[in-house]
Amino acid sequence: MSRKISMKQAINEALDLEMRRDPTVIVMGEDIVGGTGAQGEDDAWGGVLGVTKGLYAKHGDRLMDTPLSESAYIGAAVGAAACGLRPVAELMFLDFMGVCFDQIFNQAAKFRYMFGGKAETPVVIRGMVGAGFRAAAQHSQMLTPLFTHIPGLKVVCPSNAYDAKGLLIQSIRDNDPVIFCEHKNLYGLECEVPAESYAIPFGEANVLRDGDDVTIVSYGLTVHRAMEAAAALAKDGTEAEVIDLRTLSPIDWDTIVESVERTGRLVVVDEAHPRCNLATDIAAFVGQNAFGALKAGIQMVTAPHTPVPFAPSLEDLYVPSADSIASAVKRTLSPKGASPRIAA
Amino acid sequence: MAQNPFPLGKDELLKAYRTMRTIREFEERLHVDFAKGDIPGFVHLYAGEEACATGIMMHLNDNDRIASTHRGHGHCIAKGVDVHAMMAEIYGRSTGACRGKGGSMHIADLSKGMMGANGILGAGAPLICGAALAAKVRGDRGVGITFVGDGASNQGTFLESLNLAAVWNLPVVFVVENNGYAESTAMEWAVSCDSYVDRATGFGMPGVTVDGTDFFAVYEAAGEIIRRARDGGGPALLECNMVRFYGHFEGDAQTYRAKGELEAIRASRDCLTILSERVIEAGVIGRDELQAIDREVNALIEDATRAAKAAPLPTPDDLLRDVYVAY
Repeated sequence: MSRKISMKQAINEALDLEMRRDPTVIVMGEDIVGGTGAQGEDDAWGGVLGVTKGLYAKHGDRLMDTPLSESAYIGAAVGAAACGLRPVAELMFLDFMGVCFDQIFNQAAKFRYMFGGKAETPVVIRGMVGAGFRAAAQHSQMLTPLFTHIPGLKVVCPSNAYDAKGLLIQSIRDNDPVIFCEHKNLYGLECEVPAESYAIPFGEANVLRDGDDVTIVSYGLTVHRAMEAAAALAKDGTEAEVIDLRTLSPIDWDTIVESVERTGRLVVVDEAHPRCNLATDIAAFVGQNAFGALKAGIQMVTAPHTPVPFAPSLEDLYVPSADSIASAVKRTLSPKGASPRIAA
Repeated sequence: MAQNPFPLGKDELLKAYRTMRTIREFEERLHVDFAKGDIPGFVHLYAGEEACATGIMMHLNDNDRIASTHRGHGHCIAKGVDVHAMMAEIYGRSTGACRGKGGSMHIADLSKGMMGANGILGAGAPLICGAALAAKVRGDRGVGITFVGDGASNQGTFLESLNLAAVWNLPVVFVVENNGYAESTAMEWAVSCDSYVDRATGFGMPGVTVDGTDFFAVYEAAGEIIRRARDGGGPALLECNMVRFYGHFEGDAQTYRAKGELEAIRASRDCLTILSERVIEAGVIGRDELQAIDREVNALIEDATRAAKAAPLPTPDDLLRDVYVAY
């Protein structure tokens, strides 16, 4: 049975289904139940934006509020994973990774390799990413390139409710540490989602729109901006293929290269800062592996090399827009792909 | 033979002595071979501190987890990690405990409940909270022990973990191995409170300070708080005051120590000598029995060293192996 639900509901449903299926799945985080130890209602919040609301009533103490101690509880999730549980730890805003990154990149990510293949650390660390919520510089970042850089981590960033459910279920079942990035501005977006359980394999991009003139690659919120741009371009007769990566590590190189070999043009859209991000990574890979297919220079559309500004008027300029993506496509279509130098 | 005045039977006493002697010989051998240039990387020796690891680990089984430090060889041996696999690991060989990919600072054996030495100071404390949480969720009566030095006792991870363990009532024992120096910096200067017991009290848990060179003091204090944790009584802190016979790392000239300090502690605070003399004086164990163990341990370490040096190196394929379970 399929029905329309939001990405927030889809994430809740994935957690519920996996907790029903597997008693080793536990969920912890700051206020993920809400009100623990306080006089008022149990399950008062269900997460700061209500993503885990209602799960406490179904699963009780397998959902655990934590003190505001990211290093301690993220590390505890990692340690519990190394001892046979499948913890899902919510980091609320993934910007808080700075407080506890050691437990993720020096501990969880390295156990398997450092211990000679004898460890498994099936932990999921999920939380919000992305700008557009008027949440300012420390609650709005797209730090996906930092996570993707680390061997041993897997990095997931869904663009819609259907993918969020299937990818989170896969993340929980996966035997490696997964950073699950939820764009907060997509939480309310609804789409058709089956009620039953399903897993979406990692490393399989989703081609959202077929086209032979140009390939647009993105993930997360900017997938929707890319689709808007593609719709606008179609009115002028330009058919863009839009690829939603869904997972950033592992990444589906085959689908990207196959598309570029057909279209000859590539625009990569990344909400992260412009240096050493997914856009530069993909541009370099295509430059190295499909150079002969390119008819024009690769274009990158990213956030600027600035912190995320608070003022709504500035923040709206910060996130790549459909217009900026369409302009980048047009640059690839100009003679020989000649383009003005785009300032980082 | 005289009446045994100790809290352990003769066999257990011999086992404790053998463990401590094995740690000592292992470290002394590394000290010599490192100076010869045989061993790559950093090595931090546990010599002088053997009573602490041994007195605690005598209360644990393979289902109990420990999270160790950069100075982890003693914890490994006392937790039952194979000495040959450890030596091979330190030599970067494919027969090592981690197939040569971890080295001295990352020796682990999860099958023995040894969750790893750790190159990041204080990082083991959150991890052991997780191990203890897993034991609590399963209801298997397992406990978790995390070790920090006096230096890492100032890490946020350690302090956060004390609070988390208390709030979640986890079966964790936080062991502060206070050897007086954080690398070269004096504990008296770097730790702001007068006593670790005060720190434990501040986090709502019992704290105990013992002479970490006295095996029996460690054994008895650890036994009580480990039993308490195992029975659901919650976390506790154990401070072991002890001495480090070598520098922070091999190659450390220890010029920060007072003149004569090292000679004095080696003469008066050698935990192996203290244990030996007590069991011999009590008439429970004969000097010849200890010497027989010494000979066996010497042979073991010699064989482990010889085997490690002769063991194959990892293959080039191993560079790319085991980053992920599946990718």
